[in-house]
Amino acid sequence: MMVIEAKAVTGTEAAAEKARTSGAGDLLFKWFTFLMAISILVLLILVGYELLKSSKLSLHKFGWHFLSSSDWDPVAEQFGALPFIFGTVVSSLVALIIAVPLSVGTALYLTELAPLWIRPPLIFLVELLAAIPSVILGLWGIFVMVPWLREYLFPALKSSLGFLPLFQGPIYGVSILAGGIIIAIMILPIITSVSREIIRSVPNLQREAAYALGATRWEVTRIAVLSYAKKGLFGAAILGLGRALGETMAVTMVIGNRPEIAKSLFAPGYTLASVVANEFAEATTDLYVSALFEIGLVLLGVTVIVNALAQVLLKTLGGPGVKV
Amino acid sequence: MHENRHTFRKGVNVLMQVVTLLCALLVIVPLFLIFYHILKQGIGSVNLAFFTHLPAPVGETGGGMANAIAGTFVLLGLAALFGIPFGVFGGVYLAEYAAPRVAWWIRFVADILNGVPSIIWGMTVSALIVLRMKTFSAWAGGIVLAMIMVPLVLRTTEEVLALVPSGYREAALALGISRWRTIFSIVIRTALKGIITGLLLALARVAGETAPLLFTAFGNAFWTHHLSEPIAALPLQIFAYGISPYDDWHRQAWAGALVLLLLVVSINIAVRILTRDRFSKLV
Repeated sequence: MMVIEAKAVTGTEAAAEKARTSGAGDLLFKWFTFLMAISILVLLILVGYELLKSSKLSLHKFGWHFLSSSDWDPVAEQFGALPFIFGTVVSSLVALIIAVPLSVGTALYLTELAPLWIRPPLIFLVELLAAIPSVILGLWGIFVMVPWLREYLFPALKSSLGFLPLFQGPIYGVSILAGGIIIAIMILPIITSVSREIIRSVPNLQREAAYALGATRWEVTRIAVLSYAKKGLFGAAILGLGRALGETMAVTMVIGNRPEIAKSLFAPGYTLASVVANEFAEATTDLYVSALFEIGLVLLGVTVIVNALAQVLLKTLGGPGVKV
Repeated sequence: MHENRHTFRKGVNVLMQVVTLLCALLVIVPLFLIFYHILKQGIGSVNLAFFTHLPAPVGETGGGMANAIAGTFVLLGLAALFGIPFGVFGGVYLAEYAAPRVAWWIRFVADILNGVPSIIWGMTVSALIVLRMKTFSAWAGGIVLAMIMVPLVLRTTEEVLALVPSGYREAALALGISRWRTIFSIVIRTALKGIITGLLLALARVAGETAPLLFTAFGNAFWTHHLSEPIAALPLQIFAYGISPYDDWHRQAWAGALVLLLLVVSINIAVRILTRDRFSKLV
């Protein structure tokens, strides 16, 4: 009897003990995962803080003038970011002009118009394009794309559209336009896949209603799908812009890396990300390093704003279930 | 008149199908061109020496990228070591514990971080570690890749966990299993394949990163014996050789590009096959 009783007592004690530790375990695990998740916020603050702190010297010395000055002379310690801002904006705009129509067209084809059997392989190929590292694209850009542009596309553009200042001047191959084209290739997959998600989230009822009115397949796409998905597709384009602004390696390899502001797209340019990639490891003076950090800060600020805008557009207007 | 209108609409319909098909073809043409040229230019220089030798000095032919290939794997290992716990368990918090509002904000910030250019991460780690330690190092390279991985992994893990039916959780809890054991042994186990898929894709993505390594890992012409020394990496080597003026280095760059491309593409295809069966939804 005594033995059994003793066992019973230890049994309940063990159960109570188990309940206590598992409660503690629960709390511990919850807090552990919480800390891991919070690391995301820490990262954002860390990036901003480090860049701000490191660019203090340049911020003090140049102030707002940094953004409007086009002097970039490490020897004389004069630093202005305008040529880089110009190069980044123009090459990104070129990329968007090329990539957005192509991506939206592809997304429409893949979700609305293509025969079913052709969709999975095409989707896979588009995803594979996204997987190609930027440096490989850059290598291909230098040795294959740029010579081709110099020999064929640019002369053709010059002779057909040469009346525009955009397509005048000497042709070197490496140029803002080459940079824009390579960025376009890099952002095609992401705009396509986000556009696909958005188009897929259009309710079928929309399509059925249009079909019921006797619309053809394209008319359904235009009336029911495109008009419904307009805002989300705009969000996809903005997301692509965010990626375009920060593209580094491939652009650095084909844009020519010359800090000047030219009217022609055939002229070499320079971007914010490229100047950091090229000069950061070799910057000698404190002010030089600080100026490059400020370039990074500008790039961070712009990409965070653009990406936040894209997220807000996609999360609020793209409808539920849009995965980015 | 009526008949004409009908034909016109049908014509437009066909025309737009062709136009969008052309868009799709234009999108994948660069893919084929890149594969074609990398294969054509790279295949001749990929030989045993490429995998076993150090880079040859300028002027000497031959040599390989043994140190860069090994360096890439070391950096990936470090990135996985630092990045996976934050990404996976952060994802667990979002999917299992977080209040909707908190989850929304963390997700929002993670998506923004995914859009921060990778070179910015390189600068941050440079300021944080390299400038303080006064040396480029493998540690710095691994940490910067980990930082890029965390938001990616967090988002995919969360998405995969959300697909595990809540009945699984309820059944385990009803049996008296504590919440954290339920998450660990039931939820994560069920979603493991999807989580691993996400990890592999994130690793494939950072394997090709070059910009953030330029001033963290920096590159090295020799073997790295300690993680606090600069280390070579395949993408860095491709970049350095690609922009050099020497034909011999260009050939090496193509060979490096071929190896890196095969690595990244084979991970992507492996993931494809891995997720083909009934778990294909868990991606």
